[in-house]
Amino acid sequence: MDKLVMRTGGWFALALVAFAAMLAARDGGFAVHMGIVCAVALGLAVFAMRSADYGAYARGLVKMPADQGRYYDDVIRWGVIATVFWGLAGFLAGLFIALQLAFPALNLGIEYTSFGRLRPLHTSAVIFAFGGNALIATSFYVVQRTCRARLFMPKLADFVFWGYQLFIILAATGYLMGITEGREYAEPEWYVDLWLTIVWVSYLVVFGGTIIKRSEPHIYVANWFYLAFILTIAMLHIVNNLSMPVSLLGSKSYSAFSGVQDALTQWWYGHNAVGFFLTAGFLAMMYYFVPKQAERPVYSYRLSIIHFWSLIFLYIWAGPHHLHYTALPDWAQTLGMVFSVMLWMPSWGGMINGLMTLNGAWDKIRTDPIIRMMVMALAFYGMSTFEGPMMSVKAVNSLSHYTDWTIGHVHSGALGWNGMITFAALYYLAPRLWKRERLYSLRLVNWHFWLATLGIVLYAASMWVAGIMQGLMWREYGSDGYLVYAFSEVVSAMLPMYLIRAAGGLLYLSGAIIMAWNIGMTIAGAPLRQEKPMHDADYDAAADRPLPAAQPA
Amino acid sequence: MASKFFDHGKLERNVSLLAIAALVTVAIGGIVEIAPLFWIDNTIEKVEGMRPYTPLELAGRNIYIREGCYNCHSQMIRPFRDEVERYGHYSLAAESMYDHPFQWGSKRTGPDLARVGGRYSDEWHVQHLKDPRAVVPESIMPTYAFLAERELKAGDMTGDLTALTRVGVPYSKDDVAKANEDLAAQADPDADTADLLKRYPKAQVRDFDGDPAKLTEMDALVAYLQMIGTLVDVDAARPLENGPQEGAR
Ligand code: HEM
Ligand code: HEM
Repeated sequence: MDKLVMRTGGWFALALVAFAAMLAARDGGFAVHMGIVCAVALGLAVFAMRSADYGAYARGLVKMPADQGRYYDDVIRWGVIATVFWGLAGFLAGLFIALQLAFPALNLGIEYTSFGRLRPLHTSAVIFAFGGNALIATSFYVVQRTCRARLFMPKLADFVFWGYQLFIILAATGYLMGITEGREYAEPEWYVDLWLTIVWVSYLVVFGGTIIKRSEPHIYVANWFYLAFILTIAMLHIVNNLSMPVSLLGSKSYSAFSGVQDALTQWWYGHNAVGFFLTAGFLAMMYYFVPKQAERPVYSYRLSIIHFWSLIFLYIWAGPHHLHYTALPDWAQTLGMVFSVMLWMPSWGGMINGLMTLNGAWDKIRTDPIIRMMVMALAFYGMSTFEGPMMSVKAVNSLSHYTDWTIGHVHSGALGWNGMITFAALYYLAPRLWKRERLYSLRLVNWHFWLATLGIVLYAASMWVAGIMQGLMWREYGSDGYLVYAFSEVVSAMLPMYLIRAAGGLLYLSGAIIMAWNIGMTIAGAPLRQEKPMHDADYDAAADRPLPAAQPA
Repeated sequence: MASKFFDHGKLERNVSLLAIAALVTVAIGGIVEIAPLFWIDNTIEKVEGMRPYTPLELAGRNIYIREGCYNCHSQMIRPFRDEVERYGHYSLAAESMYDHPFQWGSKRTGPDLARVGGRYSDEWHVQHLKDPRAVVPESIMPTYAFLAERELKAGDMTGDLTALTRVGVPYSKDDVAKANEDLAAQADPDADTADLLKRYPKAQVRDFDGDPAKLTEMDALVAYLQMIGTLVDVDAARPLENGPQEGAR
């Protein structure tokens, strides 16, 4: 009973504090955010009261342990749903801003829907909400299976998931209201950053704790990558977001660093958000799901060791390639360039290890649409990690920087690698988590594959053309010795490319909608779609449980 | 991978060791690259003319950040012939030394703004922000007409200046104490601004949005735009560039 009082009381107290902060807020945005926090805390208080098992309390404090003989999968099921949801939201936002660049009237003349506020909404929704939920959900799934142990502190894992959703809501509503720190990918303001820090440390505790209680002697390679991702993101997040709030009751803060130092810290963060969020974490997914779906062991253990350590070592140095020819000192730019070029090797090490895992099972590319997605993901990973080092060479960057070439590079990595590998993992997870015989439809996976691939091709190709065109037009001199094009002429030359890009985005979004339908039907337990069968990996539900040794005596 | 010197199996069996080894590995690059910037002198060369933002400019800059202008506009001119010709002298490190945060940008959907100050008239800016396509038909920039109607509610600017002082911007006690007066005075043609101009050299004092009766967000934003890149006399700074501290700007 005490516990019930404590818990409900705690939530009520938090709600009161948030309410007071709302009333005293210095700006409207902060008030709205505190209102959201207050409402969430109140909801939790009511929930804590209603869901209390009074019978158990009456029987005394003997708490029935949950079924320790099973993995803790509730939070992962929520994670799968959240990933699909935020994916749709983020792609839709992407399509909308793509159309805004072609038809500026779509900014609608109101502040909340202007491109400048929606673009961070798009980037955060796809990277942190879609990608982040995929990473959290798959890491909880993978760490339990590869350690043969039930998740450490399941309640804390629930907190990680829901706390992360609150972070997303606060960040996203903040952008719409103009609350931003004004640095790409690190836009949320100081109090949202603090909240994320709490959530992230809890994440580390759950993940690390599960590894500690493992019943396998070795830590599987996927977990190295997840661990490096969690630790490094913590380091980057804390250092890059050091800032001075104007008031504890207002949203505005000023970065602790300025000018050159701020720029390099930000791109040390920004590039490694790519390196550890979008790469190391997703490589971890690759190291579990590709061997599982292919039903083959990882190609080379040696290669995974070498490429793991060299990848995490080299990535950190590469940040300055975002600042070529700027006021950053030359030695730093050169270091950034050299390390970026070296980064090509460990990146391809990961791709090779993934692709060669299919050795002896190449026929599955034809028969198994999920494998096909994974192979495409690895191919795009290889492509963007070849393109990236090339763009890091100063001479190339002098052309590509500031142009749509960068945008094309981003999306071949993001749509091709992060998107495809996530879709494949979701298709793998859905039937297993909901105990279905198999996915509702494998043919629809095939449809998704082709729509997404076509979408990426349109997106990347149009942005390469647009980017190189921009770069060349900006620097073109006529025989009279004057610049040939006014800036505005270059803008209008982009229209066809922006239209093609938007079409690519529409295809990609359509594929994702089909996925949502497919996974939704799988979750609902609808009878399998009548279709010509395709190959899928086997699943033994009976073996999918922790080792008995892992159970508390 | 076991060898004579090192057995990777150890790391694979001990999560604390693995975590520490990983953390050390990822810390090195950042420490070697970033830390020196804070104490190597030639990161930022001294130039004449840099001063902290006036409260009105700062309020305008905060609107620039709030609206996400950095998503489309860079503020960093690279030392190429075409960029220098198009936008002006390339950017010096010192010019963003009081920028918390920096706003160099990474994409030029619109042109660079590092030296936009003084290039256009106030009227042009107001018209352009209200309806970009009225002055540049090809533009794809959103409209910001609401800025002209909305009164500037910067709140208590002493708080902002105090916060910036804490992270190292050299505002004087006087600057902080008079922040709110300065804010209003800079856009008020009738105000006595001799003191303001002494403390903030080269500050531009006038009504910016064409509506002297009201202090609007448009006033602040235009005041900011009109001062970007105007503080340093870049030609005077030039001889320093090829001096012994090569590589730093
Ligand atoms: C339907 C799919 C998508 C469409 C149509 C789309 C569209 C766009 C557009 C129009 C921009 C702004 C480009 C500019 O400022 O010129 C953008 C930026 C961006 N998008 Fe997407 N996007 C999509 C999916 C994704 C995904 C899945 C990710 C990541 C996982 C992603 C990550 C980003 C990033 C990081 C940027 C900022 C790039 C930079 O600053 O250089 N996008 N996107
Ligand atoms: C070896 C690997 C890679 C290297 C060396 C690399 C290098 C680069 C370079 C040189 C830029 C252009 C910076 C500029 O001129 O502004 C860039 C931008 C970017 N890359 Fe990569 N890249 C790599 C892999 C990836 C991957 C796999 C992704 C996954 C999505 C990715 C996402 C991005 C993003 C989001 C940006 C845009 C940042 C911004 O300006 O907002 N990169 N990268």
